[in-house]
Amino acid sequence: MTNLSTFLGATALLALGAGAAIADPAVIFDLGGKFDKSFNESAFTGAQRWAEETGGTYAEFELTAEPQREQAIRRFAEQGYNPIIMVGFMSATPLGEIAPDYPDTKFVIVDAVVEQPNVRSVVFNEHEGSYLVGLLAGLASESGTVGFVGGMDIPLIRKFGCGYAQGVKAANADATVIANFTGTTPAAWNDPARGAELALAQIGQGADVVYAAAGATGVGVLQTAADQDIKSIGVDSNQNYLHPGEVLTSMIKRVDNAVYDAMTAGEAVETGVQVMGVANEGVGFALDEFNQDLITPEMKTAVDEAAAQIASGALQVHDYTADESCPALTF
Amino acid sequence: MDKMPRWADILLVPLISLILAAAISALVILAIGENPWNALKIMVTGALGSTYAWGYTLYYATNFIFTGLAVALANHARLFNIGAEGQAAIGGLGVALVALYLPWPHWTLALLGATAAAALFGAAWAAIPAFLQAKRGSHIVITTIMFNFIAAALLNYLLVGPLKPSGTMETATAPFPPSTHLPSFQDMFSTADTPLFRGTPANVTFFVAVLLCVLVWLLIWKTRLGYEIRAFGFSEGAARYAGIGATKIIMVTMLISGGLAGLMAINNTMGEAERLILNAVEGAGFIGIAVALMGRSHPLGVFLAAILFGFLYQGGAELSLWTSIPREMVVVIQALVIMFTGALDNMVRMPLERLFARRTRSTPLAPPGPTLHPPGRMAPPSTPAAE
Repeated sequence: MTNLSTFLGATALLALGAGAAIADPAVIFDLGGKFDKSFNESAFTGAQRWAEETGGTYAEFELTAEPQREQAIRRFAEQGYNPIIMVGFMSATPLGEIAPDYPDTKFVIVDAVVEQPNVRSVVFNEHEGSYLVGLLAGLASESGTVGFVGGMDIPLIRKFGCGYAQGVKAANADATVIANFTGTTPAAWNDPARGAELALAQIGQGADVVYAAAGATGVGVLQTAADQDIKSIGVDSNQNYLHPGEVLTSMIKRVDNAVYDAMTAGEAVETGVQVMGVANEGVGFALDEFNQDLITPEMKTAVDEAAAQIASGALQVHDYTADESCPALTF
Repeated sequence: MDKMPRWADILLVPLISLILAAAISALVILAIGENPWNALKIMVTGALGSTYAWGYTLYYATNFIFTGLAVALANHARLFNIGAEGQAAIGGLGVALVALYLPWPHWTLALLGATAAAALFGAAWAAIPAFLQAKRGSHIVITTIMFNFIAAALLNYLLVGPLKPSGTMETATAPFPPSTHLPSFQDMFSTADTPLFRGTPANVTFFVAVLLCVLVWLLIWKTRLGYEIRAFGFSEGAARYAGIGATKIIMVTMLISGGLAGLMAINNTMGEAERLILNAVEGAGFIGIAVALMGRSHPLGVFLAAILFGFLYQGGAELSLWTSIPREMVVVIQALVIMFTGALDNMVRMPLERLFARRTRSTPLAPPGPTLHPPGRMAPPSTPAAE
């Protein structure tokens, strides 16, 4: 192997052929990878939409290790990419340290707030969207018991679960919400079999609507719910089409719009905190031809009313991450 | 009687295996429509071509040295420690507690304290599987892998609840105080005019890892304990007959092995992240198994194999940064290297041995006469030199 090192060292002197066009945007996907059927994929969809509409090109990187967060941000910044978009809250601390080193580059972070003059922080009110689908679940449930399947037990997913439980309780104060998490390693985001088991267990406890906020694990939850003939709720993207007539609705989080908007604005992207809630259609519930028969006019009226109240500020949904407690659910 | 000269065993076999792995990787890269030569150039330049590149390669290598040594040492006692992943994670907990809750006046003292805590926590995590193996015969492979999941669950609980500063989304502890920050290669080697290793995570821990390679070598081959460990590994029955206590060897070996794995935390948690992150180990414990296999459980081999894997990690990152080769393909390349150097070792070794055997047979070096051979093994045919 000493021979190998010498050989490699000699080759290392050769110039690197990869260059970059000036001021293309760059996207850094989080550890789940861009095809996670959920959060990262939504960002990828937004980036692709921008590329198709404008004919532009963008650089991308899928993280595989923690130290690469800083590495990818620095490499893209030094190559002149602008703006640099990263999705995922774990990049907040590295970005906060690095952003001042590249004052002429604009950064966009999704799902976290970084207080720097050249950073746009896009955060979503997932609790509001989850409240709306929780309300629908509470109204649709006949047994008075509904389920929640989270991915990894992290504050963000508790925020989903807490909003959901509040919505359920708003529809039926006596309802029971069963909350389970898939696992304690990142494998929890991609474990449909375990998702199916948890859904079955919840059905066994009487749940007749289950909400999956678990990335690709949710595919197994939705499948089991369809097989067992109960209702399910999708997450992040509109997943109603997966099992037409069986998926009650989906909690939509428009990460794609956040990425698309940032790319469209380009280097002129406005910095500061941008909150995407029910009011500006950053989150919401999905209603289309696949679930229109499941949502009765009464349910539609109730959920539209709640959405209007949330948008106007008349109805405040409690955010778990604000004080790390939930009035409607204990984790 | 060695079938091959030592240099062929140590250098030629891995080198040929590597070339085979590289050739197949090149075919795979070709099949997805990319230029393999260009890919190799990017990997080599990106991982070895500048101090920046070395700063990442050596950082990853440092992680793999710790876990590789942990697995290698246990291998000598024929204990297969798959639990380096969990032991390193718990080592991180030790480092975090020491760095966050004790006041440290200077990084050197903090390093000593963190080293002790990381080793202690890692060893403690290995102690229970070791005890179950020694006293109850519960297989160490099963128990250590189970303990990986328990470690993950424990850290998940702590980093979502008690250890997480409130009001943040990140599943991590608060940043460690500045007095515990270890000097990075950038701090150590840069001069005012020429910044070296800029922004890279490699830090002083690398030298701790190198020192440990030497210490582990001394332990295995120069101490009575090392002799007992090896004797136990070769034949448990014979070791018992010679008065070596199985319980003691299993316990002590696993405690040291767990401690070595735990020490990885001073590199990734204290040296790089400067806070404890959920899933900080990121599979390095499992890579350690490949590193130990490839390094043939020798500290020098572990060191070189760790550098190779550091190269693959950093080169792979550069590859996905500057080409459209997806990250899954990088995993394929890493898997090919592991397969050829570990699992398919004999595919290269046996033809080579035959080749060398034929050459030595035609030119005998030793004079004819009685030679020592292990019982039960045939003496090589002493054909005359005439050919």
